[in-house]
Amino acid sequence: MDFGLSDDQTLLQTSLSRVLNVAAPLARVRRFAEDETDKASDVWDALASLGLPGLVIAPARGGMGLGLLDAALAAECLGRHVAPIPFAATSVMVPLALQDAGTTAQCARWLPSLAEGACTAGLAVSEHTGAKEDAGVRYIDGRLCGRALFVLDFAADVFLVADESARLYLVERDAAGLEARSLVSIDRSRRLGELLFRAVPAVCLPGSENPLVLQRTLDRGRVLLAADTLGAAQHMLDAAVSYAGTRQQFGRVIGSFQAVKHLCAEMAAALEPCRALLWYAAHSLDLEATDAHITACHTKAHMAEVGKFVAKTATEVHGGVGFTDLLGLHYWFKRIGLNRQWLGSPERLRHEAARAQGYA
Amino acid sequence: MDLSFGSRYATFRESVRSFLALHGASAPAVPPDLRALPTLRWQQRLLEHGYAGRAIPTRYGGYGATPDILETRIIAEEFAEAQVFPGLSGQGIMMLVPTLIEFGTEAQREQFIAPTLRGDLIWCQGYSEPNAGSDLASLTTRAVLVGDEWVINGQKIWTSTAHLADWMFCLVRTELTSPKHLGISFLLLEMSTPGIEVRPLVTMTGDASFNEVFLTDVRIPATQIVGGRGEGWKIANALLSHERGMLGNPNVTLQRFNALVDLFRQETIDGRRLIDDPVWRERLLKLQGRMLALRCNDLRVLSGRLNDRSAPLAAMLVKLEGTELRHEVEGLAIDALGELGVLYRGSPLLRDQGLWQQHHMYFLGLIIGGGTSQIQKNIIAERGLGMPREPKLAAG
Ligand SMILES: Cc1cc2nc3c(=O)[nH]c(=O)nc-3n(C[C@H](O)[C@H](O)[C@H](O)COP(=O)(O)OP(=O)(O)OC[C@H]3O[C@@H](n4cnc5c(N)ncnc54)[C@H](O)[C@@H]3O)c2cc1C
Repeated sequence: MDFGLSDDQTLLQTSLSRVLNVAAPLARVRRFAEDETDKASDVWDALASLGLPGLVIAPARGGMGLGLLDAALAAECLGRHVAPIPFAATSVMVPLALQDAGTTAQCARWLPSLAEGACTAGLAVSEHTGAKEDAGVRYIDGRLCGRALFVLDFAADVFLVADESARLYLVERDAAGLEARSLVSIDRSRRLGELLFRAVPAVCLPGSENPLVLQRTLDRGRVLLAADTLGAAQHMLDAAVSYAGTRQQFGRVIGSFQAVKHLCAEMAAALEPCRALLWYAAHSLDLEATDAHITACHTKAHMAEVGKFVAKTATEVHGGVGFTDLLGLHYWFKRIGLNRQWLGSPERLRHEAARAQGYA
Repeated sequence: MDLSFGSRYATFRESVRSFLALHGASAPAVPPDLRALPTLRWQQRLLEHGYAGRAIPTRYGGYGATPDILETRIIAEEFAEAQVFPGLSGQGIMMLVPTLIEFGTEAQREQFIAPTLRGDLIWCQGYSEPNAGSDLASLTTRAVLVGDEWVINGQKIWTSTAHLADWMFCLVRTELTSPKHLGISFLLLEMSTPGIEVRPLVTMTGDASFNEVFLTDVRIPATQIVGGRGEGWKIANALLSHERGMLGNPNVTLQRFNALVDLFRQETIDGRRLIDDPVWRERLLKLQGRMLALRCNDLRVLSGRLNDRSAPLAAMLVKLEGTELRHEVEGLAIDALGELGVLYRGSPLLRDQGLWQQHHMYFLGLIIGGGTSQIQKNIIAERGLGMPREPKLAAG
């Protein structure tokens, strides 16, 4: 019985961080942010050499067969480095949905190349976490029609798309009738966009008849986005503590002012329990525990609240320079901002947790 | 992570449930009368089944189980679900027993642990003084060794349950020439010793739950010291971590949260149940998310202690976050009840004997007691995050 990380898991985080320090320093993230055609394939290749794209894919399909907890730990590292690469959808949510609900042929077609990092997959499911505008996808006579907003890992070669009845379909980016349109968000470290379907031929994952497949896919994504926020918020707190230890005003370092210390203590006290919460949520999904869905909803909602608080407070501790582009702290602030809205806002997720417990 | 909720735990959970089904009705109501026979009988039953004193060795009257965090969690969850009183948890059981196990002599362990676990000995904690609160190490109550007796003079204040207690563990200054933190010793006094006067202080809840304790030429045997002379501060700090863990215990908060859900299901406003109102439900769920995070944090801290993988920051924040959360859980019931929420003891229409108000106030006290929230933040910043210490204004 042990509530904590294994040596292998700690090692996974250390190796990822080591690679990210070299491959994705802030200067690299800035270049990605400023150039829409940049696919950051150098960063992707560096991480693919560690096996990141195939982390959770079955060994028989060329992956490492690890669990969601391992994936969450990886996501935490990516958030900490505001890494400009796709992950949640392409490396975890889509492959696991394929393994859960795809045919052998579908798995054989996609999993090995996803595991290798030779192609990437996006996920278009946002209509199930709050449909905006007229968005929604219908499946009629073998074809998809409609619109899917806020696609995860948007710069992908293939998309997994949910229709109105929660069934999942595979659609390749160059399919006839599919239009992919970029959206510009505050977070420039990841691509965001929408898909327009004009009678696009699509194949269903047969197992997704069971609506639990989509729910489980969403829950995995929620835990991964929460992990990304944990990493990003931890970076902001570390940056605040470190800055407060060197910046001098009134003849002393600002970190010796109690007002500044207490801001940092409040951030740490709010953030540290999220780590245990996240491990528990990821592990519960791995075990398919009965409370896994409720826990995933709560974890993302709570992490979003704490992330928002840390993002604001850590910026404040930096004073004016925290507000500048020069320092670049805003990349983390914005990453946390997008994670908060994706796959369900905190209010919506709490409502879902309430429903799952019979409170609503 | 290894939380394999395997069949062993399913069986264990079943055994807790059947215990509760069989015996739960004989548990005292919360808060229990500490001296009443039903309370003591219930405590005895819990000890026999390993739901109290679970990891304390049998030779000291405990159950002698190997510590297992999942079992601990299951017990807490099931008692919370059934809303059954989970046993005595005063300062004796939560603080003194672990201290004696770590620092006491064999004779002290044999004399005190078993009766404390049974609830036969009630303890109070004599640390704070009128001029030594947050700055506890400046305390001035003095003990001088005369022959084979300590002679004690001074005053303690805010001493919870001193009016009920049989014994007090306290901090006193014994080494007058040592620096302030190194001059303090940890002594055990029997409350019936001549020279001890207890004056109750009424708190905002209306109860007299803490006291002033005056000590005038109190003589106790020289052997009633725990650890060596001048080691009191070190020992007190070791056990403060137990106190701080206890004060913010999220598993106890779970009991209250479950009661809050019941309240939300029963009470109506404009004919609509509180639970059906999205605004109140959102506030409820927000607290549930925070509680879940603290309960996971608790598992991590416990597991870290058992597996030698310490998580100092995770342990340091429990008191701060846990007491604030508990205060808010109690406060949400009051808010949601509207005018009914402000009724207090003796009133018609009173809900739950006024417990929501009482606990809401009491937990404001516990935000202050055991090291205020500001002091907790100092500790987290300085020891947890390694930030610079306060510049000292006066030499001390
Ligand atoms: C319900 C309750 C039960 C208690 N039970 C016991 C008991 O059983 N035994 C016992 O010995 N004591 C007990 N206490 C006492 C408790 O430990 C003290 O009240 C507490 O440590 C604060 O000390 P003080 O009351 O002297 O306040 P002070 O130390 O005077 O604090 C007043 C205010 O100043 C702030 N402050 C003080 N120093 C600093 C600093 N360095 N930085 C920032 N802010 C600061 C505090 O945070 C607080 O807001 C209890 C208290 C309460 C409320």
